[in-house]
Amino acid sequence: MSDMTLEVRNLRTHFFTRAGVVRAVEDVSFSVQRGRVLGLVGESGSGKTVTGFSIIRLVDPPGRIAGGSILFHGRDLAKLSEREMRGLRGNRIAMIFQDPMMTLNPVLRIDTQMIETVRAHAKVSHAEARARSRDALGMVGIPSPDERLESYPHQFSGGMRQRVAIAIALLHRPDLIIADEPTTALDVTIQAQILAEVQKLAANVGTALIWITHDLSVVAGLADEIAVMYAGRIVEAGDVATVLDRPSHPYTHGLIGSVPSRNKRGTRLRQIPGMTPSLLDLPEGCAFRARCAYADAACEKDPPTTEPARGHALRCFHPLLEPVA
Amino acid sequence: MTTWLFRRLIQALFVILAMTVIVFLGVNVIGDPVEILISPDADQAERARAIIALGLDKPLWQQYLIFLQGALHGDLGRSFVFNEPALRLIGQRMPATMELAVTAVLLSIVLGIPLGLYAGLYPDSILGRSAMAGSILGFSLPTFWVGLMFIMVFAVELGWLPSTGRGATAAFLGVQWSFLTRDGLAHMAMPALNLSLGNIALVLRLTRAGVRENLPMDYVRFARAKGLSPARVVFVHVMKNILIPIVTVIGLEFGSTIAFSVVTESVFAWPGMGKLIIDSINVLDRPVIVAYLMMIVFLFIVINLIVDLLYTALDPRVRLESRQ
Repeated sequence: MSDMTLEVRNLRTHFFTRAGVVRAVEDVSFSVQRGRVLGLVGESGSGKTVTGFSIIRLVDPPGRIAGGSILFHGRDLAKLSEREMRGLRGNRIAMIFQDPMMTLNPVLRIDTQMIETVRAHAKVSHAEARARSRDALGMVGIPSPDERLESYPHQFSGGMRQRVAIAIALLHRPDLIIADEPTTALDVTIQAQILAEVQKLAANVGTALIWITHDLSVVAGLADEIAVMYAGRIVEAGDVATVLDRPSHPYTHGLIGSVPSRNKRGTRLRQIPGMTPSLLDLPEGCAFRARCAYADAACEKDPPTTEPARGHALRCFHPLLEPVA
Repeated sequence: MTTWLFRRLIQALFVILAMTVIVFLGVNVIGDPVEILISPDADQAERARAIIALGLDKPLWQQYLIFLQGALHGDLGRSFVFNEPALRLIGQRMPATMELAVTAVLLSIVLGIPLGLYAGLYPDSILGRSAMAGSILGFSLPTFWVGLMFIMVFAVELGWLPSTGRGATAAFLGVQWSFLTRDGLAHMAMPALNLSLGNIALVLRLTRAGVRENLPMDYVRFARAKGLSPARVVFVHVMKNILIPIVTVIGLEFGSTIAFSVVTESVFAWPGMGKLIIDSINVLDRPVIVAYLMMIVFLFIVINLIVDLLYTALDPRVRLESRQ
């Protein structure tokens, strides 16, 4: 088996609404290797969450995958039947959601919600499933897991609930975890704890991780590679050092400039002028050109993906050549 | 829990007490039974004797205290018309109404919840749309008109079902029931369906609304992301969340179905409590009216108590302890 866990090629996910076709994900390609962490970064509405849901095939109508392939260990997920897909969900591919207060079912006990996950994919006894659930809770650092199994979600704090959700995701030691802003709703201390633990677990189990976030500082410490999304496309991708230290795309550069840091104390944070464009009837050409200081007539055509260096992908006619940061 | 129950019982006691005052005053306002009960040819002496015999010569507050005293001993007075204890009269008619009401509520559960689930899961399907459209008719058509139409179509034109009465009954636990015989069931079909139409519509719409509201929730997506089957997601995860409003409504509807089966019972000549109360109001048979209303109040209190207890079973976040 190759080391490539997931390879997304030219993925397009569109929403066929009454007002028109929303191209939420347009021609997106990236890959994640075993045990590696990919940070998928972008503003709200940039299509990063839809990309995550497309991989696990949980895009609700009127949205659907309109093209491209999602190769998971070489099998194209976009072509699997719903039944085959269900066998992978929660088993080989798991997902962690943004808001831990909302992801657990409020009226079912934790043990019910964990045991059903175990038994959906493994033919084991109730007792065995319970034992596995308890071990998973212990693994994510929940004290006295045996008692906690009997609890309901409302008896946990937000951070604890997210740990439970992570424990559920880890039950079958998946090959791929898609984490959709899992620490956004948590306070900073808990965030740091959870980040450290996920990183450790991913390294120990060899799970590939897609970490979807708008928070560059989270990605900087966690990810091996970064893909920056804007208006449904990946505008720049590469390893963390390349993208964060020497961003080539004006948008990436703008994003980094808007993050507060110690070196910039006392100075005003730079902001990117304008707003993300509506994805409905996006005009031809680079979607960022209306907000971009470098835009000119050339940008009215779609910029192709280029590879200025090995492992570094870029969609821009006017890459920033000088290291700016 | 015990504290809660104790408090609820004391509250219930006050509700009942308040209700006795309202009911007792109410029936005294609506008319004088003497005019109806005593023959117009009776002379003054006979009239006076009859008034004393009925206990109507005393002032109202005294009548009320006598009633209360009797009520404490389980005696809600004797019917003016039948000269029998009012409670016994109601007790005789109760099984007929009960089996009708229970069947109607069961119908609304058995038909309303699955149809509502379907309409919620497939809102654009033909069945889903027609269920929703039909439900509007369900609670907007007047019961008596639907009952008459049922009789016209199924009894008069098609001749499939009998139009009046309870049919053959069979004894169970010392009480006569219609649902135990084929003939009785045939007699019950139309009135039960008539009585349940509004409830079916209500439960259907409530279920649909709950499903539509819960499906986009994160916990549903998370359940699907765990690889659970669609059946488990819908019947365990979604169902348990939408059951609370449904249980509430079914509980309340059960009470009102019993209390207001008057119309249906009159249309189908079903010999239940509804028919008794209409007849009693017509002749101003005060003790029967009072006893009937007291019994309905009691019923509602019991049903609400059961519904509250069901909440704790359905939703772990509901705690019956009063926080101090």
